Amino acid sequence: MAKKDSTKKTLLVALGVCFVASILVSTAAVGLNPIQSNNKKLDLLKNILAAGDLYKDGIDIEKTYKKNISSQIIDIRTGKTIPEKKYDAQCNVDDFNVEEMANSLKWGEDIPQNNDIAGIKRKPKAMVVYTVKENENISKFILPIYGKGLWSTLYGFIALDKDLHTIKGFTFYQHGETPGLGGEVDNPKWKRQWIGKQAFDADGNLKIEVIKGIADRGSTHAKYQIDGLSGATLTTRGVNNLVRFWLGENGYGPFLKKMKGGNNG
Amino acid sequence: MAKVKYKEILFDPIFKSNPITLQVLGICSALAVTTKLETALVMSLAVTVVVAFSNLFVSLIRNYVPSSIRILVEMTIIASLVIIADQFIKAFAYDVSKQLSVYVGLIITNCIVMGRAEAYALKNPPLQSFMDGVGNGLGYAVILLVVGFMRELFGSGKFFGISIFPLTTDGGWYQGNGLMLLAPSAFFLIAMFIWVLRTFYPEQVEEK
Repeated sequence: MAKKDSTKKTLLVALGVCFVASILVSTAAVGLNPIQSNNKKLDLLKNILAAGDLYKDGIDIEKTYKKNISSQIIDIRTGKTIPEKKYDAQCNVDDFNVEEMANSLKWGEDIPQNNDIAGIKRKPKAMVVYTVKENENISKFILPIYGKGLWSTLYGFIALDKDLHTIKGFTFYQHGETPGLGGEVDNPKWKRQWIGKQAFDADGNLKIEVIKGIADRGSTHAKYQIDGLSGATLTTRGVNNLVRFWLGENGYGPFLKKMKGGNNG
Repeated sequence: MAKVKYKEILFDPIFKSNPITLQVLGICSALAVTTKLETALVMSLAVTVVVAFSNLFVSLIRNYVPSSIRILVEMTIIASLVIIADQFIKAFAYDVSKQLSVYVGLIITNCIVMGRAEAYALKNPPLQSFMDGVGNGLGYAVILLVVGFMRELFGSGKFFGISIFPLTTDGGWYQGNGLMLLAPSAFFLIAMFIWVLRTFYPEQVEEK
C-alpha cells in the first residue's frame, strides 16, 4: 500500500489522532476538575489544621476547621483587619488564593528588589490570617507564607503562639523541591524542630534563622536556630529567607506589632 | 497461527518475559515510587491501564498509520492516556498523587509502554495487544509490589502504612534500615529478583 504513506494521508491521520486525543484529555480534565479542586481545598484546610497541631488521621476536616479556626483578612501594610464588605471575588476568606492575589492588579503589588529576599517579586496587599481558638480565647495565629526555594515556590504556614514570638507549627502544602533533598521540608522530624523555637528576642528583633548544618544545642542562639537540610543548601536558604521576609517589616510585622499592642494594652 | 493463546499472552510477561527483569525496562520509576506499598500500587495500576489501552489504540489504527509518523502517533496516544490517568489519580487519590508527584507524568517516558506499542501492538490485532498490555502491566506491578513490600517493611517497619515492626524512634525495638528508603536498595532488590528468576528459567540467561 503505497497510498498509506502519501502526504495527504499522513496529515489526515495526524490530525485525526490529535483531535480524538485532545477531546479525551479535555473531557477528563474538565469533568474531574470539581473533584480535584475540592481535594485541593480539603488539603489546604488539612494543612492549616496541621500547622495549628489540630490534625489527626481520620478526623472530619471541615468540621474540625469550623469548630476551632476563624479567619480574617488583614492589610499587610497597616496590619488592620479588612472589613467583610470590602471582600470581592478574589479577596475573601473562603477561597483565598495567595498566587492569584499577588498577581492581581487590585490586590497585588511589586516588591522593591532590594527588599525581596523571598524572591517572589509580587505580594498581596492583603493576606488571610487564621486564628485558633480555645475556649473563646485566641491560642495561636496561623500565617500563610511563601517564597522561592531552589526549583519552585514553596507555599506553607507558620503558626505562632498567642505570645507572638513562640513558633507552634510549620508546614508547606505545595512545593516542587527535589524529593529526598529539598523535598525533606515535608519530613515530620524536621518540621517538629520548629515547635517551641523563638521567632523574636525579648526586644522584638527578628531572630529566627535556618542555618546551614546543625545548630549548636548548647549555644544561647539555639532557641532561634533551625537545622538546615543536608544536601539542600539552596532550599534551606530559601526557607530561611521566606520565613524572615514574612515575619519581617514587609510581611506580617505591622500586624504582629498591632496584635501585641492590643494584647498588652 | 491456528489458535491465539490469550492465557500465555497475559501471563508470560509476569515471570517468563517480565519487562523489568528480562528486558530491564522501566527501572527509573521502579526505583522512585517503591519506598511505600501504597504509591507502588497506584503507580502499578496507572502503568497497567496506560500500557493496556495504548496497546489497544495503537493496534486499532495500526493499518492506517503511515510509518513516517508512527512514533509520533504512538507518543500522542501514550501522552494523552497518561494525562487522563494523572487526572484520575488527582481526583480520587489526592494524597498519593502528591507523593507520586512527577512520576505519573513520567510514565510517558516509561520504555515499557513505548516498547510494547512498537514491538507488539503494531503487528497484532487489538484484543491480543490489549491482553499483552495488561500482562506487561502486571509484570511491572509484580516487581513494584515485591520491591515496595520489602522496602516499606525493612525501611520503615510498616505494611501499607500499618506498623509491623515498631521503630526505635517511636519507642519500639526495630531500627529502620535507612538504605531501604534510598533508591539504591531497589537496585539490589531487583537484581536479586532477576537472580531468582534466572535460576528458575535458565533460558533467560544471556549467552556469554
